[in-house]
Formats: sequence, C-alpha cells, structure tokens
Amino acid sequence: MGTTSAEALPVKPERKKPSVTISGMFIRLIILGIFDIFAVWLITSMFLDGYFPLAIIIVIITIFLNVSFLREGMYPFRWMVVGLSLMLLITVYPIIYTVFLSFTNYSDGNLLTQQQANDQLEKQQYLPESGVTFSWTAFQTPDGDFALWLVNADGQSFFVKPGEPLQEVTNPEEFGAVDGDGIPLEIEGYTRLNRLQTVPLIDTLAAVDFGDETAGDVVRIRNLDSASQTVNRYQYNEATDTMTDLATGTVYTPVEGTYTADDGSMLNPGFWVGVGTKNYLRFFTSPAIAGPLLQVTIWNFVFAFMTVFTTFFLGLFTAMLFNDLKGKKIIRSLLIIPYTIPSLVTILVWKGMLNEQIGVLTGILEATIGYSPPWFTDPTWAKIGILLVNLWLGYPYFMLVCSGALQGIPDDIYSAADVDGAGAWAKFWRLTLPLLLVATGPLLIASFTFNFNNFNVIYLYNEGGPPIAGAPTPVGHTDILISYVFKLAFGGARGADYGFASAISIIIFAIVVIITLFQFRYTNMWEAGDDV
Amino acid sequence: MSSISYRKLSGSEKRRKQISRIIRYLIAVIMIIFAMFPVLWTISASLDPTGSLATQQLIPENASLQNYQALLTSDIFPYLTWLWNSLKVAVSVTLLSVFITTATAYAFSRFRFYGRQNLLKSILLIQVFPATLAMVAIFALLQQLGTYIPPLRLNTLTGLGFIYLGGAMGINIWLMKGFFDTVPKDIDESAMVDGASHWQTFTRLIFPLVRPVVIVVGLLTFIGTYSEFVLARIILKSTENLTVMVGLYIFQNNQFAQKWGEFTAGAIMAAVPIVVIYLLLQDYIVGGLTSGAVKG
Repeated sequence: MGTTSAEALPVKPERKKPSVTISGMFIRLIILGIFDIFAVWLITSMFLDGYFPLAIIIVIITIFLNVSFLREGMYPFRWMVVGLSLMLLITVYPIIYTVFLSFTNYSDGNLLTQQQANDQLEKQQYLPESGVTFSWTAFQTPDGDFALWLVNADGQSFFVKPGEPLQEVTNPEEFGAVDGDGIPLEIEGYTRLNRLQTVPLIDTLAAVDFGDETAGDVVRIRNLDSASQTVNRYQYNEATDTMTDLATGTVYTPVEGTYTADDGSMLNPGFWVGVGTKNYLRFFTSPAIAGPLLQVTIWNFVFAFMTVFTTFFLGLFTAMLFNDLKGKKIIRSLLIIPYTIPSLVTILVWKGMLNEQIGVLTGILEATIGYSPPWFTDPTWAKIGILLVNLWLGYPYFMLVCSGALQGIPDDIYSAADVDGAGAWAKFWRLTLPLLLVATGPLLIASFTFNFNNFNVIYLYNEGGPPIAGAPTPVGHTDILISYVFKLAFGGARGADYGFASAISIIIFAIVVIITLFQFRYTNMWEAGDDV
Repeated sequence: MSSISYRKLSGSEKRRKQISRIIRYLIAVIMIIFAMFPVLWTISASLDPTGSLATQQLIPENASLQNYQALLTSDIFPYLTWLWNSLKVAVSVTLLSVFITTATAYAFSRFRFYGRQNLLKSILLIQVFPATLAMVAIFALLQQLGTYIPPLRLNTLTGLGFIYLGGAMGINIWLMKGFFDTVPKDIDESAMVDGASHWQTFTRLIFPLVRPVVIVVGLLTFIGTYSEFVLARIILKSTENLTVMVGLYIFQNNQFAQKWGEFTAGAIMAAVPIVVIYLLLQDYIVGGLTSGAVKG
C-alpha cells in the first residue's frame, strides 16, 4: 500500500503552526492507543468464545484504522476510515456471515459452539441412587427463600443456601438455641419449618438446587428424610468425541450438531456445525418444502412486476392528465400525500378499512353492490388487496417521476408527428411511452428490486396469510421470499431455522444481483465512476 | 389537408379541448378522493369518541380529542416514549451518518489514491444487498457484539441506531460525491495555497457550498430511519424500548377493532412529522430521490 497517494493532491505541510501538528499527532497516537487496547481485548475475547468471523472482521478494521492514521501516505483514508469501517462491519460482514450461516445448521436448538454446548451439558447434575446422604431440616425466609440444615451419617452438620457453597458447621450453637438433635430452633432471617409445614412444600423444595451450581457442588432433596449430593450427569470424551450419560451409561455421538444415542434420543442443547449444501438442497429434495416455495417464488415475481406495472401506468396517467391543467401544483401536493405517509401507517389503516367484518370499504361495497370480497381469508382476494394497497402507496412516486420526464420531451417532435398526421393514441404509443421508458427505465428496475423485497406491505397487510395448508414450515399464500425468511428465522411458534433462512436470503440476493447488473448496463452508472 | 378543413377542425377541437378539460378535472377529483379518502377517514376515526372500528362514521358526532388523550395517558402503551425513541434514533443516526458520509464523499471527490475506482464500485455493489436480507446475520451481529459492548446489545435503541448507520451510507456517498465533483477544484487549491489545511478547506469552503445535498441526504436518512420497521421489529423487544412504528404495529395487533380510534390517533401523530417535511421540502426531496434512484 506504499504507493497509495502517488497521485494525491499535494498535502500542504502546516508551515504556520508546526506545534499544533506535533500535539495533534500526540493526541492522535493516544486515541489510537486506547482504541487498540480495547480492540485487542475485544478480539481476544471473541476468539476465545469462538466468534471467529466477527473477530476476523474486527482485526481487519483495527489494522485498517492503524495503517490509515500512522502512515502519511494513507492520508485520504483518514477521511474515510470511519465510514468504510462501519460499512465493513454493518453491511459487508452481515453478507459474508449470511453466506456462512447458509452452510450451517444454525437454529434454535443449535446456537452454541460445541465447546459451549459441552460446558452446559457437563454442568447438568443428577441425583445418584447412592452417595453421601444427609438428613435435612428446612428453613424459610419471609420472602420464601429456602435454606437447609444438613446432618450426615457421621453427625456432621452443614448449612446450605441455593447458589452458595456448602457451609460446614462445627458449633451449631453459634446460630442460636438448638433442639435435642443439635439443630437450631431459629436462624437469623429464617424460620424453621416443622414436618407438618414441610410436607406440602416437598415438591417445591425438591426442585431447588442447594449449594454452588457452578462448582458442581449441589445438594438436592431426595425424599422427606434424606437429601443427597448430586453428581455431574454427562461426561465428554475428547478421544472419541462422544458424550456419556453417567446415570444410565448411554453413549451419545454427535450427529449434525446434536448428541444422539443409538436409540435416537437426543441431548439438548445441540451445537452448530457445517452442513454443506444441505440447506440449498432442501429446495429440491423435499417436495413438502419445494411446493410452497415455488408458489412463493412465482407470486414474488408476479407481485413485484404487477406493482411496478400498475404504479407506473397510474402514475403516468395522472402525470399526463394534469400536466397542463390549472392548479396542477395543488393537485400534485394532494396526490403526493399517500406517498409521504410512512408505509406502515397506511398499510395498517387500509387493513382496517378492508376488515372483512366491520371495515368501512366492506360496508360501502355491501351497501352499493351487495358483495364485499374476503380481502384476507381468500388467497386471490388477499393478493388483489395487497396490489391495491401497494398501488395506492406507490403511484405518486411515478407520477412525480413521469411529470418530470414528460417536461424533458421536446415539443417539436410532437409537431413533427402532427405533420405526419399521427393521432393522440399513436403519439402516445410511438413517441411518449418509448421516450419515457428510456428516461425512467432505471427507476422501473430499481422499483422492481425494491418491491421484490417489499417486506412491509406483505407482512403488515396479512402477515403473508392466509396460510398454505399442509406446508411443513409456516408459510402463507401471499408470502414473498423475504417474508418467508422472516418467518423461518423469527416466526416464533416453531423453532427458528437461521441456516435455512440464510440460504433463501442468498438465493434472493442472487436474483437481485442479476436484476441489478441488468440495471447497471442500462444506465451509465458504471461509467459515472470513471469520468473523474 | 387543405387549410380550410384544418380551420374547421380547429373549431371543433376547441370544444373537444374544453370537454377534455372538464373530464380531466373530474378525473382529478376522483383521484384526489382515492388519495385522500383513507387519510380523511383516519383523521375522522381519530376524532370519533366512540373509538371502535365497528361504530365509526365518516363524519363523527361529537368530535373530540378524546382518543388522543386516552392514548397519551395510556398505562399499557407508552406512546410518547415510542415517539421519543423514534426521534432520538432518527436524529442521532441522521447527524452521525451525514457527518461520516460527507467526509467519505469528500475524500472520494478530492483525493486521488490507488484503488479509488474499485472502492467506489464496490461500495455501489455492496449496496445492492438490502439490510432486510441479512436480518439473521444482523441479529447475530448484535447478539455477539453486545456480549462485549453492552450498548450494542439486542433490544437497545443504541444497537438499532448502530445498524441503521450502515443503512444507506453507500448510496449517500455516491450522491454526495457526485455533488462534490460539481464544485470546482480551483476553490480548494487556492485556499490551500493560502495555507489552509484540508480540514479547514472542507469545513469553511466546501461544506457551505454543498449544503443543499447534505440537507437532502439528511432528510432522506431521517425519513428512512424514522419509518423503518422490520429491523426494529427484530431487534427491539421490551415495550418501553420500541420505536413508534413497531409500537403502532403491536398496538393494532393487540387491540385492533376496539381501540381503533386510539390507533388512528397514534398513526396520525406518527405520520405528521414526515408528511410535513415532505410537503415543505417536496422539490428538494423529489430531486434527491429521483437522482439517487438513477444512481442506484
């Protein structure tokens, strides 16, 4: 990177106040140093916790920042380093990470790294049949917290609270007056429960882990008379990469990130692993998924195309209609209002107006023509409703665009057409429309790509519903790919499948890229970067 | 065609033109009704004291601000907090983003360095990937970053704002760079001959000249972040942390028909700032929007 500023504008040395430069450099170094310390800590922790992709991107950003500020030749980058770093972290990294996720089984049951999953499993305790046994007496605070007084077979006494280590008691009288068995009648802050009080609480008490869980030193109540120290339930064997259940002796082998026994039983939590192209192959191999997904994809294209088509033509129609009318400015301001309202608000309002039972449009339609369509429960009508709402939202944009473009068409070509005897209709189809399409083509494609991923209108109108019956993943008739991704990842009811959702994201991305490359060819945008 | 028949035609054409104008005004009225009906209906609903979707009338009897009052004093839905959250996020993201983008665009316009063209093109290409598509990764990013940097946790407004910062930066860099290019370089060169640093040239000379595009980019960023829904929906969870858009969505999801009046009152209050900005600065924004879209 040594040649970076070979052709840079001459950077004028600060002749007038050199001292400012030195102190400025000093401050720069201090800030950079503080940042570096923080970054090193961040990177180390991330590597230790197994967040490798994120750690690597932070390493890159840190190096980039340091080089930019330490090398004079990198001066232009000092202006850009914050912006480029943010783009790297917030825009580029998520793209790479989505690709990465699409090749894993990252999902609700498989969120952890194997190390984290092992740690969690190895913390799980169980109550062995044998082992150190205590007789116990329960104590309770006014808040309902419990503590146990334990006496083992040798007569040794212990006091234990949940979350705190077992406390050996040599002299029970320290706690207060004791009864015949050497158990305190009262402990500060706690009242002793007698047998009659204990019996109804036995289930509650049995669910409490007394002692220090993190140290694996836990006592649980076995029955009314005895309590026992628990032991670790699972043990990981590094050599064979298996997990053994010490209570039953069952051996679990990891299968795609889940410890699975020979009989098919599985351990929770699992961990994430790479699954190759499995997520992508699910489109083709699973007919139950492929069917609805094909439906979603087709509707996605239809939706985007119809939206662009209807908004463009209504926009063009209004633009031409009012182009030379008096009061055009006022009409335009009124017509533009739907476009200015945040789309979420308008979609929700339309949802209310179209409500099948009590919506105002339903009422009007029933009063006038005696029939109101099922705007939300019928697949076809739901689609029409969405297109209608989106038309209302979107046509003012094309009205503005077209009225601008119409003014750009020189009048004399129409005069020429008049001379040739062309009618209004012919003039529109042969002259106006082709010229407009050239001018607005890129915007039409941009609108297509935007609507191809128009999550808001789909999700807010009917959450993609009505649902497609019998689909293995929740999906509706009006879902487009992006809302399907949302449902897979954040749908709630069923387990989130981030890996599969990411694979679909990548496929959408591929589609969008193809359309956009087409748009780039259409415009001279590529060249726009070369001109200066 | 002879000149006589042409004149005859022109007479009937006048009448036709008049008829066409009347028809066009009629259509204009219909279009305005189409455009305004939902808006008027929402306003009327918000003023209707019966407050429910089923009983609402187009011209409410006893119109009052009862719904607004009920919403603003509601114990369950902290509407003002939501509005305040949205404004906080939108304003801070706008200021930061404009500052960062302007500096970056300035460098792209004024310096010549190795890899400049490719960097510019990459920025444009990256922008093709909409943030919504990466929602899973963005969720994971905050989950992981938040473990170490608490302000960037999930379910925080700072975390959400951080994600928004990346949002439209690429396209805005392009927009601004294009505008910077129109400012002649002689201006900065003469300033630097006089001993001004790049920073001084930028803040005292160039920035005032490009203020219009800065305003456009700022407004578009503000409108975009204020209205954003899906990322906010994923990132924010607790009621008191929601932005007004997510809040409204949850509000209508819970009590759609019964609290229709309150919902519409909330919708209007949420929309007013944006609508006002649009109508006041129509020409600015439209210009920015169309040229921005042409560029990407």
